Amino acid sequence: MSQAVLDPGAASARNMDLLRFATAGSVDDGKSTLIGRLLYDTKTIFADQLEAVEAASASRGDEYTNLALLTDGLRAEREQGITIDVAYRYFATPRRKFIIADTPGHIQYTRNMVTGASTADLALILVDARKGLVEQSRRHAFLCSLLRVPHLVLCVNKMDLVDWDQQVFEKIADEFTSFAAKLDAPDLTVIPISALNGDNIASRSEASPWYEGPSLLHHLEHVHIASDRNLVDVRFPVQYVIRPQSTTVTDYRGYAGQVASGVLKPGDEVMVLPSGLHSTIAGIDTADGPVDEAFPPMSVTVRLTDEIDISRGDMICRPHNAPAVAQDIEAMICWMDESAQLRVGAKYTIKHTTRTARTVVRGLQYRLDVNTLHRDDAADGLGLNEIGRVRLRTTVPLLADEYRRNRTTGGFILIDESTNRTVAAGMIIEAG
Amino acid sequence: MSQTKDYRVSHLDALEAESIFVMREVMAEFERPVLLFSGGKDSIVMLRLAEKAFAPGRIPFPVMHVDTGHNFPEVLEYRDRRVAALGLNLVIASVQEAIDTGLVRELPDGTRNRIQTPVLLAAVEKYRFDALFGGARRDEEKARAKERMFSFRDEFGQWDPKNQRPELWALYNGKHHPGESIRVFPLSNWTELDVWHYIAKERVELPGIYYAHDREVVERGGMFYAVNEFIRLRDGETSQVRRVRYRTVGDASQTAAVLSEADTVEKVIDEVAATRITERGATRGDDKVSEAAMEDRKREGYF
Repeated sequence: MSQAVLDPGAASARNMDLLRFATAGSVDDGKSTLIGRLLYDTKTIFADQLEAVEAASASRGDEYTNLALLTDGLRAEREQGITIDVAYRYFATPRRKFIIADTPGHIQYTRNMVTGASTADLALILVDARKGLVEQSRRHAFLCSLLRVPHLVLCVNKMDLVDWDQQVFEKIADEFTSFAAKLDAPDLTVIPISALNGDNIASRSEASPWYEGPSLLHHLEHVHIASDRNLVDVRFPVQYVIRPQSTTVTDYRGYAGQVASGVLKPGDEVMVLPSGLHSTIAGIDTADGPVDEAFPPMSVTVRLTDEIDISRGDMICRPHNAPAVAQDIEAMICWMDESAQLRVGAKYTIKHTTRTARTVVRGLQYRLDVNTLHRDDAADGLGLNEIGRVRLRTTVPLLADEYRRNRTTGGFILIDESTNRTVAAGMIIEAG
Repeated sequence: MSQTKDYRVSHLDALEAESIFVMREVMAEFERPVLLFSGGKDSIVMLRLAEKAFAPGRIPFPVMHVDTGHNFPEVLEYRDRRVAALGLNLVIASVQEAIDTGLVRELPDGTRNRIQTPVLLAAVEKYRFDALFGGARRDEEKARAKERMFSFRDEFGQWDPKNQRPELWALYNGKHHPGESIRVFPLSNWTELDVWHYIAKERVELPGIYYAHDREVVERGGMFYAVNEFIRLRDGETSQVRRVRYRTVGDASQTAAVLSEADTVEKVIDEVAATRITERGATRGDDKVSEAAMEDRKREGYF
């Protein structure tokens, strides 16, 4: 691939699409080197950044330019040589703009991995070819499947250190593929790479003539994500009511929001929840003028033909295809707070689409060991980074779908009512 | 439904939709939001997004300029014109006034970047703003790469990077107690190039200093500073007239220009795409002080 092709140059770059991906792995797996390599090969690292990293590496006594310093920006991270938090990185090729949610791989940071995966179209998991799959790789794969990341890429790194042995690669690929099948993981691609040398990153490497798949960057550029969106179930959570009080615009009442799923068109018959009232879409507006249809992730303003009472937190859907209107929720929860545990009987604020309510934890069915997938029925609470299945009861109905069918109308967060901290992420299994 | 249509969304449309969503969330959940407006290109784009988010209504919150007193006249003129055209309330938090009343003290070197922070925080307290839109982007600087879209600040306006709220899906937690506030960064996921592409696509007008023009400058440490009332020639320095443009617009005593022939938005995009130096690295004296300069200022409550 020529350099010109990689240059996210001028006018043509306006029509790129957007792919968000999460990376998981520890420093030892070469994750920072891989990200550094992607940024370098797409001309994203700037001269002054590289200079700063070189200077910092030298002053730390590192023997090589430590590309981890590019992403580890906080003082404590540099002092302790660890990554504390999700870091967001950006690069582009003429085809796509990429947003990387770079998450630390340490055992205690499940929270960050879940955070990064929640918005990801694709997750990239790294393993060291010499070590093969380790507990952490399985945990990362499990979390990606829990968060329903549609595409998974396993990069078998440091292939140069096993002399590009095809058998080593295939053993790891086979083992991971059968593990992923158990997880009901979606699309999986396995790529042999050397992040340090750049093999199979931006272009196919001569070091692996036996490998017939795409380079990593080629895969990232071409993986088909358009059909990952749910274009079937119309879900429009009302975010804000636009009702200008001015002399120039009168009688305007529009429901602003971002389309969660489905395709809305003027003339469509719709149902508004929780009221259940029916109406028809009179028009769909944007600041650039009316549009013929709206689909995810467009932010638009919907007008209806009837004057019905609609406010923030309501949902516009279709009469024959509606989410559950439910106060009893079964969900998987990832607990994210170090200062308190999830307890049965405790009350929290729940935020789901644009609706905020209160909820009580009615029951904890089990705590899940993310390494063995063993279910512990005797658990009586969830601590930081622990995952379990809970039953919730909410003060007002949620307008909810199963998370596996709809990541936007199936995901929620819990907020501690006294500290205001975000304490948990939830994925709805059943709303009834 | 048409089976052949792929319902494609360009990256700029996706970024715009996300930013508009964030702005509407704030308007729906906060009592007193304000948009921090410096007259720089990022805050100008943010203002444009606010215009689009609430159309056909007006922007439903005021804008605030933390005025260091070291301004480019073109930028002040632009600010006043935009604010009038959009019918907005403009709050000016004046650093000069804060120096005069003794709230802050002028630093020995005369720079005012760092002393902006107490002035900003005093204005937040005075007007009881609970959400502050800022134009910061995560690609600008590595401390910012870890910043949230909704960033919690305690009653002292401080940022605690090790104690940030996890941010999942598009569920932003804006809960806070009285006196605390949230900084909101709708452009978090935009890059410098995205901002310029958007300026081109939307035909957003910018102050003239963003495009190549002839200016009397002095070279210091590889940077080109305009010679004006805030930056005077030191002994042994000579000025020269060069063709320059500004990549960022901050305090006029701290912001340097880059040599450039780009006098149209398309030419700027070509330059930005080809440049090998970050915009802050190329133009901001304030970020070169230490490796953690930005992190330190952000902890104190900086933008």
